[in-house]
Amino acid sequence: MPTPIDRQEVQRLLAAEHAQLVEVLPAAEYEDEHLPGATNIPLKELNAETARQLKRGEPVIVYCHDYQ
Amino acid sequence: MSPRAASRLASIGFEDVYDYVAGKADWGSAGLPLEGANGSDTRAGAYLRTDVPTCRLDDRLHTVCERLAESGWDTCFVVDDRRVVLGRIGRRAIRGRADVSAEQAMTPGPSTIRPSARLANVGARMRRQNLTNLPVTTADGRLVGLLMRADAEEALETIS
Repeated sequence: MPTPIDRQEVQRLLAAEHAQLVEVLPAAEYEDEHLPGATNIPLKELNAETARQLKRGEPVIVYCHDYQ
Repeated sequence: MSPRAASRLASIGFEDVYDYVAGKADWGSAGLPLEGANGSDTRAGAYLRTDVPTCRLDDRLHTVCERLAESGWDTCFVVDDRRVVLGRIGRRAIRGRADVSAEQAMTPGPSTIRPSARLANVGARMRRQNLTNLPVTTADGRLVGLLMRADAEEALETIS
């Protein structure tokens, strides 16, 4: 079950647990701006194949623009 | 969108999945760095001055003016314990130097922008409204710094 988190928890997970950031917006929006170090896997392309680039043993944080 | 993505990852078998629901709008509005074609170097947050003076509601105006004279600034923001901007003391109040509190001297509720505001838009607004500077706060109202129009215009020339 995914856990909703706030900015402070994002920063903690990145610093302490090597979390992986994934922006799920379309590529054009990712190229416009994204969080440092984030990977782009648009929601429409998110599947077992595209998710292979993520490390299963480390936390994954997904985000988009805001509360959409 | 991100809740669906998080659920999708969980269904694929990822066990440690988090959803940063406030997303990059929240990140940028807090003044944290963004990468990309329109990353941090195109935003107001990259060019603001963070040493702008602050004071509290119950500070006396003459004390504030003495501090300003030493620092070289001609404006001061009145903030609370969390640095939330309550008002601004401008040149007119400073010139008057009345024996009043900062609360009595300030102009309440000054207009502010977020660190993630696009510099091109802010620069155009400053020109249109003839503003010499704009305070920059986080989305929850905490003072981050002051964007000077001269700094914004210089930066726009560099990045354009």
